[in-house]
Amino acid sequence: MSNTYQAGVKEYREKYWTPDYVPLDTDLLACFKITGQPGVPNEEVAAAVAAESSTGTWSTVWSEHLTDLEFYKGRAYRIEPVPGDPDGFYAFIAYPLDLFEEGSVVNVLTSLVGNVFGFKALRNLRLEDIRFPIAFIKTCNGPPNGIQVERDRLNKYGRPLLGATTKPKLGLSAKNYGRAVYEMLRGGLDFTKDDENINCQPFMRWQNRFEFVAEAIHKAQAETGERKGHYLNVTAADPEAMYERAEFAKELGMPIIMHDFLTGGFTANTGLAKWCRKNGMLLHIHRAMHAVIDRHPKHGIHFRVLVKCLRLSGGDQLHTGTVLGKLEGDRNTTLGFVDLLRESFIPEDRSRGVFFDQDWGSMPGVFAVASGGIHVWHIPALLNIFGDDSVLQFGGGTQGHPWGNAAGAAANRVALEASVKARNEGRDLERESKDILTEAARHSKPLAMAMETWKEIKFEFDTVDKLDVQ
Amino acid sequence: MTSTQQMGDYKTVQTLETFSFLPELTQEEIYAQINYVIAQGLTPSIEHEHPSQAFNHYWTMWKLPFFGETSLERVVAELEECKRAYPDHHVRFMGYDVYTQSQGVCFVAYKGRS
Repeated sequence: MSNTYQAGVKEYREKYWTPDYVPLDTDLLACFKITGQPGVPNEEVAAAVAAESSTGTWSTVWSEHLTDLEFYKGRAYRIEPVPGDPDGFYAFIAYPLDLFEEGSVVNVLTSLVGNVFGFKALRNLRLEDIRFPIAFIKTCNGPPNGIQVERDRLNKYGRPLLGATTKPKLGLSAKNYGRAVYEMLRGGLDFTKDDENINCQPFMRWQNRFEFVAEAIHKAQAETGERKGHYLNVTAADPEAMYERAEFAKELGMPIIMHDFLTGGFTANTGLAKWCRKNGMLLHIHRAMHAVIDRHPKHGIHFRVLVKCLRLSGGDQLHTGTVLGKLEGDRNTTLGFVDLLRESFIPEDRSRGVFFDQDWGSMPGVFAVASGGIHVWHIPALLNIFGDDSVLQFGGGTQGHPWGNAAGAAANRVALEASVKARNEGRDLERESKDILTEAARHSKPLAMAMETWKEIKFEFDTVDKLDVQ
Repeated sequence: MTSTQQMGDYKTVQTLETFSFLPELTQEEIYAQINYVIAQGLTPSIEHEHPSQAFNHYWTMWKLPFFGETSLERVVAELEECKRAYPDHHVRFMGYDVYTQSQGVCFVAYKGRS
């Protein structure tokens, strides 16, 4: 680049399209799916995205010449066609590490999914994946505890954990709510959960809820001899209120709290995760608002990116969908981001939508939470899909049992243990699911009744956001 | 709506984590789980504890974990020996996973005679 200033507008590709560039191990890499405006070459659009999400602006400015923009600029280094989409293409962009504040996913997102998404030269833009360099990862706090610590603290091994969201999701008084929680825990669940929209409403103030739930947990623990928890939702209107709720949960001796990371925001989430690490508290993460951001196949941010950002920001459990229940989620895509959540190295695998090798170094893994419209009949398949390091949550599928919550919980626990046992014996969980459950139900009346209650329920709709394949 | 006659009473039970909601495992079923631990490359290990102390994280180890042990017969013999030595204790069998530093399997194989 010559170091003379010429005012005017240049084509982005002169500076930001660098097909010969070999990305560095320390670069942050991004893959965008782009649909440009008609008539604009793909290289120019890709370069524009690289520029607008890094150092560029629409006009040259004299002050560029006070620094070495070759060092700081983002570079579009590869474009590829999108299978099955003649208008779209993938652009791969490398950003130098120094563009981002240490430990801040907030800062990364502000650049990568900031102004550029409203850019007129684009019709659609979707952030498909980010490769975070290990140098950046080591500056993030990450999950307060992670899978291994959570298992050790709760003494639960060799199986998925079992939970349920307390229903009805809104409107119960604190005492009646605690009753529903106690019944589920004494019946055999490991966890119960506040619904995401339970915060501190007039019908049930948070302090009152925390106290009754704490009594429910202590009683259920004493009676069953097993460790129990309830995700006390500390999501609040402001950080001060959030920390006040978290402190009170700790005071009551509770093992786990919960936060909604997108509506609450990454700044709040990262702060809370640090608090949890410091205070020995587990952190369950809900994902309200994600489908607004990630469901459209051509515009927005793919959930796998939000998964990575959450793992960096911090959480011990994250909702991932169920593949089988009432909420959207394609199987291979889900397997891809579940790996990104839990494993320490995930190789590139386009068949699962993973665009880059991702090395997490020593960052702990996060439990995948499957929740939403699932019931006992799904358990063998859920175990096969999600494996042991998952939390399976049955809200309606516990509390809708004809005998009530405790029997509903026991039915799910029996079905889960029978499935784990069968898997370890080498049986095929999906092909033999009916036999496995039927055999288990011979020894469990609650399970037999649950199977009868939910035998006809299916959620078979086509997925809106599919992997890009021919 | 469940009618009053159809409603059942669910009695709370003291349980011991994984597999404690199933009928007591038979010898063959226990052997199948031991085989799974060996096949997964986990380290078989045995612990025992008096039922009154079962809630504690730490139970008493039976000898040391059986590093590198791949014989079902030898693991079964250890389980039997532990059970004979502590007939009033719960005996649990587990498979340590060196990579996750966790346990891939953990269940109570024999309940203490009270």
